[in-house]
Parts: sequence; C-alpha cells; structure tokens
Amino acid sequence: MADVSLARVTVDRDRALRLLQNYGVYGGVMVLLVFNFAFTAHFASAENFRTQAVQVAPVLIVALGMALAIGTEGVDLSVGSVMALSTSLLSLYLGYGPWIATLIAVVGGILVGAANGALIAFVGVQPIVATLALMVGARGLALVLLPQLKDVRNPGMAALGSGDVLGIPYLVLIAAALALLVAFVVKRSTFGRRLLAIGDSRPAARLAGLPVRRVLIVVYVCSGALAAVAGVLATARLTASDPTSLGTLMELSAITAVVVGGTPLSGGRVRIGGTVAGAVLIQLLTTTLIKHDLPPSWTQIAQAVVIVGAVYAARERGKR
Amino acid sequence: MLTVTGLCKSFPGVRALSDVDFAARAGEVHALVGENGAGKSTLIKVLTGVYQPDAGEVTYNGTPVRFATPLQAQQAGISTIYQEVNLVPLMSVARNLLLGREPRSRLRLIDFRRMHREAEETLRSLGIRVDVRRPLRELGVGAQQMVALARAVAVDARVVIMDEPTSSLEPREVSTLFEVIRTLRERGIAVVYVSHRMEELYEICDAVTVLRDGTVVHTGRLADLDRLHLVSLMLGREIGEVRREGLTKFAGSHDAAAEPVLQAQRLTARHRLHDVSLSLRPGEVVGLGGLLGSGRSETARAIAGALPVDSGRVVVAGAPVRAGSTPAAIRAGISLLPEDRKTEGIVPGLSVRENIALAALPGLSRFGLVDDARIDRIVDTFMKRLRIKASSPHQKVGELSGGNQQKVLLARWLALHPKVLLLDEPTRGIDVGAKAEVQALVDELADEGLAVLLISSDTEELIEGSDRVVVLKDGAVVRELTGDAVTEDELMRAIADVPEGGPHG
Amino acid sequence: MTTDTGEATMGTEAALATTADDLPPGTTGSERLSALAQQHGALVTLVIAMIIASLTFDTFLTGDNLENMALSSAFLAVVALGMTFVIVTGGIDLSVGSLFALGGVLAAWGSQYGTAVALLLPLAVCGLVGLVNGLLIARSGLAPFIVTLAAMLAARGVLLALTDEGSRTYLVDKGSFFVELGQGSLLGIGVPVWITVALFALGALVLRRTRFGQYVYAVGGNQDAAALMGAPVTRTKVAVYTLSGLCAGLAGALNAAWLASGVTILGTGMELEAISAVVIGGTLLTGGFGFISGSLVGVALLKVIQNVINQIGSLDSAYQQVVSGAFLALVIVAQTWLGRRQRVL
Repeated sequence: MADVSLARVTVDRDRALRLLQNYGVYGGVMVLLVFNFAFTAHFASAENFRTQAVQVAPVLIVALGMALAIGTEGVDLSVGSVMALSTSLLSLYLGYGPWIATLIAVVGGILVGAANGALIAFVGVQPIVATLALMVGARGLALVLLPQLKDVRNPGMAALGSGDVLGIPYLVLIAAALALLVAFVVKRSTFGRRLLAIGDSRPAARLAGLPVRRVLIVVYVCSGALAAVAGVLATARLTASDPTSLGTLMELSAITAVVVGGTPLSGGRVRIGGTVAGAVLIQLLTTTLIKHDLPPSWTQIAQAVVIVGAVYAARERGKR
Repeated sequence: MLTVTGLCKSFPGVRALSDVDFAARAGEVHALVGENGAGKSTLIKVLTGVYQPDAGEVTYNGTPVRFATPLQAQQAGISTIYQEVNLVPLMSVARNLLLGREPRSRLRLIDFRRMHREAEETLRSLGIRVDVRRPLRELGVGAQQMVALARAVAVDARVVIMDEPTSSLEPREVSTLFEVIRTLRERGIAVVYVSHRMEELYEICDAVTVLRDGTVVHTGRLADLDRLHLVSLMLGREIGEVRREGLTKFAGSHDAAAEPVLQAQRLTARHRLHDVSLSLRPGEVVGLGGLLGSGRSETARAIAGALPVDSGRVVVAGAPVRAGSTPAAIRAGISLLPEDRKTEGIVPGLSVRENIALAALPGLSRFGLVDDARIDRIVDTFMKRLRIKASSPHQKVGELSGGNQQKVLLARWLALHPKVLLLDEPTRGIDVGAKAEVQALVDELADEGLAVLLISSDTEELIEGSDRVVVLKDGAVVRELTGDAVTEDELMRAIADVPEGGPHG
Repeated sequence: MTTDTGEATMGTEAALATTADDLPPGTTGSERLSALAQQHGALVTLVIAMIIASLTFDTFLTGDNLENMALSSAFLAVVALGMTFVIVTGGIDLSVGSLFALGGVLAAWGSQYGTAVALLLPLAVCGLVGLVNGLLIARSGLAPFIVTLAAMLAARGVLLALTDEGSRTYLVDKGSFFVELGQGSLLGIGVPVWITVALFALGALVLRRTRFGQYVYAVGGNQDAAALMGAPVTRTKVAVYTLSGLCAGLAGALNAAWLASGVTILGTGMELEAISAVVIGGTLLTGGFGFISGSLVGVALLKVIQNVINQIGSLDSAYQQVVSGAFLALVIVAQTWLGRRQRVL
C-alpha cells in the first residue's frame, strides 16, 4: 500500500476502502499479533492464548446474534441486559441442576428476543427504540431476581468454566461451535438467504413473498438466545452471578466486533468470519494496552476510536 | 420568466434530456406532459437545482442562472410543490407557513398572535380558510398542498412548479386547488403544471409542452391542440398511421382457453382504483392501457396482494385469494414483475443464483437447508433459457445490465411455475436486444398456457403483444378493446375519451 | 369553463372548511383523545400516582420526603432537558450518563481553583464532547446511537484516566461557595431545584418561542422538507447534541456540589432514565413532537415510582427499572400505533 502512487490512491480509493472494510480486520489482527510477539513479554505462550480465547468467547457469542440483527438492518441493544437476566436465572434455578438452569436462562433470553421481535415486526417500532426498552426492563428484571452478586458453587458450572478438551477450554469450543453453526445457517439455510434479502431490500423481499415478520422475529430470538448462552458461560467462568455489572457495554463491544468485521450497518450482508476476527481484534487491542501497562481507561478510549473509525469507513457504502 | 435553451442532461447509459427548450411565462399556466421516461422529472429537477445541466442555459428574469441546491432555487423564487407534500406534518399550519420567517418581538421571541394573524391573512388572500393553529397533518392532502402553495407564494415565488398535484385529491379539493392556481395566475406568477389528466389540463392550462424520449415534440397554446392529438404526441404515434406487423417480437394472437384462470372483481382502493374488474384466460396476453397514473400499476399490485384494497376480490382457478397478502397471492400462482425493478424487484447485494431461487426457496430446500444441487440445476436451466448474461451465477445482480436484471426477475417467478404473470413495464430501460428477447419470451409463455397481464407505456408493444386491451383512466376501466379493435388508434381514442371511430376532438 | 368568481370563492371556503374537519371516518374523536392522552397522559398518571402514594404511605406527603424527591429529581431533570432537544430532532444521546459522571469529577477537581472553574470546566469539556457527537452525526451522517455510545465509552475512559482508574475521589471543600450551589437552599427549597426550574423555563422558552426551537421541530418532523424550507439542518443538529452535552455536564457539576465530591461510579444507566423520562413525558422518539414540561413530568413520575418502591420495604429498588422499562415499552407501542394511524391520513 505504501508505494502506490498518489494518483492511483485517489482513483482506487473506493476499492481500497472496500478492501479495508472487508479485510482490514484480518490485517489488524495480524499487526497486533506480530507487535505482541515482538514486544510483549510472555505473549507467545499457550497459557496466554488460552486466557485470551476464554475472555473473547462471550463477546463473540453475543456478536454472532448481533451480526444477524445488523444483517436485517436492525440492531439489538438489549444483549447486555439479557446476559444479566441469564446469569440471574441461572443462579436462581441452579438448585435443579446446571442443565435445567441453563435451559431456563436460555428460555429467558428467547422470551426477551421474542418481545424485541414482536415490537419490531408487528408493531413496527424502530429496532433501536424497541431493544432500548427491553434493555432497561431486562436489566431491572435481572436485579429483581437476584439483587446482588452471588457466588456460583456448582461442580458442573465450575467444569464448564475452567475445564478443557485436549487443552482447549470448553468455552472456546462452544463459541467456535456456535460461530460455525451461525455461519452455516447464514450460508446454507433458507432462513439465512431470506435474512440477507430482507436486510438488502425490504420492499423486494416483501414483493417476492418472503415471510418478513417471521424472519425478523427469529433473528431477534436468536440474538436473545445467544446472549443468554454468553451470560451462562460468563457466569461459569467468573464462578459468580453479578447481574449489576455483567454485560454492561456488551452491546457496544458486540456492535464493534460486527462492524469492524466488515458487516455494514445498512444490512444485507453478514460476515461471520469477520465478526470472529473483529471480536479477537478488540480483545487483542485490550490485551496489548494492558500488557504495556496502559490503564483500562485507555482501552475504553481506544475502543471508542476504533468503533467510530470503523463506522466512518463503512459510511460511504452504507449510503445507498 | 424562466426559460431554458438547449438543455442536455445525461446519466450513465441514458440521455435523459437532449436539446430541450422550455419557457414559463408570467401569468401563464404551462402544462408539461409526457409519458414515463420522457424527461419531465429530470427537467423539473434541473429547473429546481437538484440536478446540474450538462449543457444548455437556464435564464431567470433575463439573466443566466445556475442553482446548486434546491434551496438556492427556492430563494431565487422558484418553488416546487410535490405530490408528497414537503412540509412538516407535526407542526401547525402557521408554523409551517412561516418557518424561518416568524414574526418576532423585541426579545427575539416568536410572537404567536402576530404569526397566526399573518398566516391567516396569507391563506385568506388565496381564498383558503383553515385553522392555522392545528397541526398540518390533521388537514386533508388537498389542504396541505394549499398550505405548501401558500408558503411558496409567501416566500415571493415567481415560478411555481406543481408535480402531479391532484393525484390524491378529491374532486372538490381539485376545484379548490384550481381556484388558487387562478389566483396565482392573476398575480403574474408563472405556473408549471405537470399532470396526465386531460380534463384538468384543458381546464386550467394555457400552454403546453410535450416531452418524449428527452426531447420537446411540441410546444404551443393548449387550446390549439385537440385531445386526440395531444395523446398521440405523448405516445409518439400518428393517428391513422399504418404500421406493418413485426416490428416487435410478438408473434400475434394466441389460442386462449375459454375459462378464465384469474378474475379480479370490482377492486377498489381509495383514490387509486374504482371498481376495476378484469379476467385473464390461460394462454392469453391481456394488455392494460392508459396513461401514467391511470391505475395500471395499482391494478397489478392489487391483484398481487401488494396494494391493500378496500373492497373487491381476486379469484384464481375458482378459489378466492386472501386480499392484501403477497405470499397468499404467490401461493395461488400469481407472480408480479414490479415496475420499479431496482428497488422492488432485485435484491442487489445477492447473487444471480440467490435472486433466482429467492421466491422458490421453500420448494428448493430440505429441513430448512438449501438444496444447492437443485438450485444449481434450476438456475442453470433458466440462465440458459433466458440467456442471462452474467460472468457467473455468483455475480451480484446489482452489477448486471437492466435487461439481464429483468431476466433474473422473470426467472425468479418462472421457477415457481405460476399460473398468472403480471408484467409491469417489463421492457422499460433495457436495451433493444434484451427487449426483443423479453417480448419473444412473453409470447412463448402465453403459448405454454400462462395467463399474462402486460403493462407497457410503449403503445406498439402493448398493441402487438396483447390479445385484448383493457383501458384504464383515473383508476377505472373505461373500455376494453378486443379483436380488430386492438389498434393504436382505438387505444388513443379510448384514452382521449373520444367515441369509437368518431371524429377527432 | 368560467365560473362566477364570487360563487367559486365561497365554494372554495366551504370545501376547505369541510376538508379540514372531514378526517377519514372514525378518526376524529379517538384521534383527539389519543393526542390528548399523549400530551397529558403523563401528568394524569403522575397525579394519580401521587394521590395513591399519599393515601397509602403517611411518610409520602411530608415536607422532607418531597424535598428529597425534588432534589434527587433535579439532576436527572437537567439531563432530560438536553435529551428532549435531541429526541425532538429525531436523534438520541446515549453519552449523557458518562458525561454526567465526568462533569461531576471535573467539577470536584476544578473546585480547588474556585467556583468559576468548578462550573466552567465541566461545561467546556462536556460541551466539547457533545459538539464532536453533533459534528459526527450531522456532518458525517453517522448513526446517532453508535456515535453517542462510543462517546459514552470514551467519556468513561477519560473519567477513569483522571481518577487513577476510579480509585481517587476528589472532594469539594465544604466551606466553598460551590458547595452552596448543591446544598444551599432558598425559601426552604434546595438551590439545585431552583436552578432546574429556571433551566426548564428557559428551555421551554427556547423550544417554543425561538426560531431555533422551530428548526428543532422541523428537523425532527421532516428533515428533507426542513432543508428545502431553508432550515439550517446541520447547525441545528450540532447545536442540540452540544446542548445535551452541556446539560449533562452541568447536572454532573451540581450533583458534585450536592455530594461535595466527584463520585466516579455515578451515571451508569442514567441515559436510559433520561430517555424514559422524555418519552414518558410525551415526546415522540421518532422526533418532531414533544415538549419540555412533559420531560419534567416524566422525571417526576419516575422518581415517584422509585420513591413508592422504596417505601414498600419488601420491594427491591430494581423494580424501578422493570417498571420504567415496561412503561417505556408501553408508551412506545402507543406512540407507534398512534403514528401509524396518523400516517393513514
């Protein structure tokens, strides 16, 4: 890129911008990896990679649902609150065993998602507004169910949080499996095709007889369910349920991962690979700053800059 | 007042206006007419600063001008009243009327009493009486347009351009509007009036300019031009002109079965359709004739469930179809190729393959998973049969030419094996070769037993392609042409409302 | 085609008089009613809630309790004031919670250099953040929710950077005039309450009676039309986000004066409370319609609900969020339903 002449840069600006939007995230991940290998002590260790992967798993899972919502030209701001609700439900019903509790937590997420979807698809509320209302309500419900932090002492949950297979933590395996599943659904299922068509051109989708409302509801249900799963996994990892702070700002991290990964906010495209890379990028950025003794405040500012930059870069293609 | 000379404007691939001369004179209502794609809207957009001309000159009050934005044009005194009223519906009438020019007290605060009084005076001077304190949206569309007009006049507009102002008005609102227009004319304002309703043109307009394919084909006093002549100028066909068959790719008549496969009964939608009934038999092509805005597209959309109707029903093969539901219509075997291909037809970001398979997906999948092998077979079949030119089935549809996009849409519907195909302007904006292919295909499909409803602004295409032509005017059926009466002459007579075979005018 | 002019004019007036009244069948009565519900629903609910609360709890209608509620409402109210302007333009500002906290910390830190610094510093910084928000939204056309969400994160980051990652709390000298702004009282009513009331009066005046206010409504009601009518769309948008930043900063500063310290953990979720209050107060989230007094009523209603929930000892304060979330959803559904009915016209 550096040796391209100025004239060509202006001519190819559009193309370069598109390349940057599509593949910039992979470049960013590479740069950060190389930088850390070179300058960060104790970076290139299996233990470190395991920690990084475990930390990124919940964000990634939430981002998968967010990618679907954004693919339909929507957004789901309630994901963080759904995580909180999920952790509350989990610790409340843990007495019935981890499986039942997990199931109930996920059902909670599905219900919130269904409420979002119904508001958006049937009432016709803008996605931002609808999910904002659920964001307030679900967090409150989580706190009503479980007013304060509670330790989770359950062998099953502990195993989920810290166990592994062949050195790969369960959390990472689950996140990877879900990513593959969502990618498969987007690529191969009728639902995936319809979702993209609806996000790309809603009038055309409607005239082609697609079940627009049903697809929208399923999308938000998926987003709710995935956020609930992320809540369960985060609880298992922290061995505690903290409905006050779990998932705060998660919506922003998830949107960042999706947008940085090249999925336009204007809908019609879903890039799962990019979303995974986007989540990893943010995680690496945080780690890099922390490992070089920069305080968390810097991480937040950096993340804010990254997201505005990504949205800004995607802006011209978004305006169709 | 406002004159245009030698105006040219091109868009990628299209020459929208070439060498257009036009003059709006003070105290004159000037009709601007032409069919779809004639260049009317482009001309208006150049006049109002939305587009910049490629060549030619716009002079206003004798001096050449160039408006960079609509706001500039407006500040210079050229106002446009669109069909969609360009005001703020939630604000009161007075606030809309005086936005940015509110009377203010010494403390720079808005003086509401004075504002309401001024607004009332402005409206009353135009013969309009409404409660200026009420939100604009509580008024009828007609009254809203009147407020827009009043605002235009109040900002000292010298030229007022009205784009189809009456399309959603009740008859009595129209007469009110005309009173206002007459008042404007008396005040020496130049009015440019765009409409397709003959009666209105002859009632209110002094002069007329007819555009066709981006050029001016006629300009002069309207009174010197009879209706039939005006229609023939708009459609580009001479009265009594003999044409040999075979200029289009249509083969001629088809053998239609006796029993209709589709019956539309008394479709009515407020402001748009009034008791439209028609029937289609398998194997026949029925044309829908009429000028722009006569309800052709609305009829097709109502049949396809894409336009909610107030009453009336659609019956396919003896079974009624649930109204207002596109999926229900599609299940019943009705497929609509929409007029606006780019926004309502194709899904630009998806590939050719996925666009073709989109509507047929449920039939092409197992357990919700797409059966790629079957899709590939179908896509392959249709790409070959319709000769869709794409670099591969995976190319994005948005990157294809108009003709190929249209073929992709046709393939999408044919993959569903429909009983009835509604084609709304299937050949508009596509090149000559593709046009001939689409026309030949329509013939072929009818021969195979499909019932086809054809809408086309290209009279020749409509006449040669159709076995029968149902003529619409102002949302109602005015005549049906059958057998030997399916000629351009008769179509134009029907549109101009001249009795069959009667004299001109 | 010529008609007698006099008769025609009369016909015109008659036609229009009926046109204006003659809405599609069945809409007139219920339409008016729903519009009325939108404008005064919150106030009626507030009055009912207060009557029920005062009948149920002896402690509700006491001077102390009311004073407390008024004081704790004041800060949220100031934030909601700025938010009202933003929402009327059809936007949203999610950064106000962070800016509120940042304003408090800056004020507490600045108070060591005097009251002027304590007030001006948070105003300058938060106003600047609002300005940047506005520029990114209005000029670059980025989505308001994402820009202000990023600003929320960035402002929180700056706050943490200023306070050794949140571990340091700046205290305000108890004897200073600045503390008086928060803790003092005039005629038995706290200074912040007076300031809030004054700001709301000013805000209402600006929104209703100035040209800028008209532009705010016009931009929210129909941006394209507003631009065509000559309204300065970009400038108006930048101004409302700046205003929102200023309000959040000022509210934070007043709060710091009241607490006599810059508490770093404040303000999370405040943006949602402010949005809830504004929307409950009758302002349309889609923009173009709303009023300042409604937001004040909305804030009061939220605080009364909170107070009632606190008085019922067995209930957790988290019910507040559930109630306001449900309330918000209800109001939004009603608004959308109303809006769709209106579009049918």
